[in-house]
Amino acid sequence: MHKIWLIIQREYLTRVRKKSFIIMTLLTPLLLATFMILPGLLISMSGETETVMVLDESGLFEGKLEDKKDLKFIPLAGTLDQAKTIYQETDNTALLYIPEMSISEPKGFTVYGKKNISIQTQVRLENALEKEIENQRYIASGIDRETLDEIKANVSLTAVNLSDQGEKDNNAVITSVAGVAGAVIIYFFIFLYGVQIMRGVIEEKTSRIVEVMISSVKPFQLMMGKIIGIAAVGLTQFLLWIILSFIAVTAVSAAFGVDAAPSPAAQYAAGQVAAQGEDMENADISAMENPEGKNEFASTFNDIKSSFANLPVALIFGCFLFYFLGGYLLYGSLFGAIGAAVDNETDTQQFMMPITIPLVIAFIMSYSIVLKNPDGPVAFWMSMIPLTSPIVMMVRVPFGVPAWELLLSMGILVAGFIFTTWIASRIYRVGILMYGKKVNYKELSKWLFYRV
Amino acid sequence: MSILKIDGVTKTYANHTALDNVSFEIPQGCIFGLLGPNGAGKTSLIRIITQITGADSGKVYFKGERLKPSHIKDMGYLPEERGLYKKMKVGEQLLYLAQLKGLSKEEATARIKAWVDRFEIREWLGKHIEDLSKGMQQKVQFIATVLHEPSLIILDEPFSGFDPINANLIKDEILSLRDRGATIIFSTHRMESVEELCDNIALINRAQKVLDGPVKEIRDAYKTDTFQIIGNGHLLITSPDFEVLEQHDSHGIFRANVRLLNNTTPNDLLRYLIQRVEVHSFVELVPSINEIFIRKVKETHHA
Repeated sequence: MHKIWLIIQREYLTRVRKKSFIIMTLLTPLLLATFMILPGLLISMSGETETVMVLDESGLFEGKLEDKKDLKFIPLAGTLDQAKTIYQETDNTALLYIPEMSISEPKGFTVYGKKNISIQTQVRLENALEKEIENQRYIASGIDRETLDEIKANVSLTAVNLSDQGEKDNNAVITSVAGVAGAVIIYFFIFLYGVQIMRGVIEEKTSRIVEVMISSVKPFQLMMGKIIGIAAVGLTQFLLWIILSFIAVTAVSAAFGVDAAPSPAAQYAAGQVAAQGEDMENADISAMENPEGKNEFASTFNDIKSSFANLPVALIFGCFLFYFLGGYLLYGSLFGAIGAAVDNETDTQQFMMPITIPLVIAFIMSYSIVLKNPDGPVAFWMSMIPLTSPIVMMVRVPFGVPAWELLLSMGILVAGFIFTTWIASRIYRVGILMYGKKVNYKELSKWLFYRV
Repeated sequence: MSILKIDGVTKTYANHTALDNVSFEIPQGCIFGLLGPNGAGKTSLIRIITQITGADSGKVYFKGERLKPSHIKDMGYLPEERGLYKKMKVGEQLLYLAQLKGLSKEEATARIKAWVDRFEIREWLGKHIEDLSKGMQQKVQFIATVLHEPSLIILDEPFSGFDPINANLIKDEILSLRDRGATIIFSTHRMESVEELCDNIALINRAQKVLDGPVKEIRDAYKTDTFQIIGNGHLLITSPDFEVLEQHDSHGIFRANVRLLNNTTPNDLLRYLIQRVEVHSFVELVPSINEIFIRKVKETHHA
């Protein structure tokens, strides 16, 4: 046990002290902070007001085009040519020309600009004009806008779980986010650090230290020490990322005086507001400007908060830790075995395939099938098979999984990683002393039963 | 008393036999040469002794006990394929390997200090292994092998990769380790390189032990009572007691290889010579281990 501890320490310390580790650990939160801050920063920077000069020959829109926070209208009089000349002398964004027309047949709108007019501006102008035309048509048919707004319905579904524990609010999207986030982390962790195990073993083989090592320790101790040591490196890195990201985001947003870009939940909320019948283009504006939108936003936000509160956080977190470690141990020992079986990294391809495929399939299935039907047969079986269960079960857990399924899946996973560790240690102890031999699956299967 | 006893050890890999019923003993406190051509099975045997692999059949006794894991910390092994963690510093690496052999941190640190002073490499301690030359790495690895003061030190091809100066340094260290009571096993295919160092040897060829015992006894057993004489004058041996195997004359100097017959002694030959020529040199021609090996291998093949 003492020796394993020494090995764990070495694996941990040499990696944590590497420059690449320190740089990655510091850089990632900074990048993350940048990505979170940048959109907010850009929005606030591009927030300059656009001014559009309007020559309205029809007279229909006179005084009707409302100024918005960042879009102002200046009415002009005279002929089009005169207007063009005046416009040329200013540095306004555009000149909108509305010809003589009737409200029943609006056409011939033209917008002049000194350079290309952005799509966004065009769309906003179109919206403003459309809205006004609609207004005028309502008036013509005897309805005013306010009446219409009163008629408009706005429905937001609250889904409630009727389960043994009684009623609880449920928000499918939030549930999905929690599960998928956990699954994604597990997926990347297995890949990132599994490959590190493999590289570590190959390094020991190519530097020929391995024979010295296993004249002091058992191959199994060496393998497990490496797997556990690297797991600790990974956990350290994730922990530091979480802490540093939090600090970085706080610091950067304080320094720039910008709110961080909306969190995924808030973005989702904004999206929902937009989806609930308002013009897509105006969604963010309406959310900011129109009091009704604000209320809606707030209520949606409260929905989300209550959904989070209703998630079985302790259960999800517990499952996350379990599947995180279980999946890592299961795959980690396989990665270690691959490292032992080959002489250099280029030879790993053929053995990487069968390990990568179940992981990738689990990941894709989580999105495409499991999320849509978390209690379906595909979801069930994939959350039982230990090669896919760390990812698939993680996606399912927030939706509520019967206790027996969860326990069965965990039991199978434990059995699975004991099994893969056994296989890996058999391959490992033969492989680490085998040089210059191209190994195939037949050879590997023989190694399992070698007496060493 | 023997520190290591190998009793009928057999090891087969998938399609070849690495060791076939090999038995011999290694006396305590000697330098033991494990000799044989490449692929004879030396490394397989060493891996069994160091418990890297197990024998298919047969037994190994270390200090009278069946080999068991706790013996590992009393052995030091320098493999033929040298290697250290390239990204680790010399000091850390030595400390790590010593601790894995069961030394406490304090003890290991003290011993590392003593060794780097002896080898005058103190300034290397903070360097990464990959920044050292190959010879330097070998020195570090040698220290790592003996740092825990094992009573059995196994060196596989110890002098490969060393320049003559460092090879001598290592040789002296090995002799002083033996004088302090350690037993050393040398494994090499270059038999001439270690025969003057070794007290005992075992010859292995094609998975089988060909020969073992104290070097002197083996040589005595294989010597042919042949002497090389160099001298001045015209040598013509007519006595039936002496057989001239080879003779060269040039400018009045002769060189002759003469074998004693009929139980005559070297002194008889000298007496015979002194009456006839001026003797400059009189040397017994003892077969080298290499020659004995070749002869022995031929014998076993013809038999």
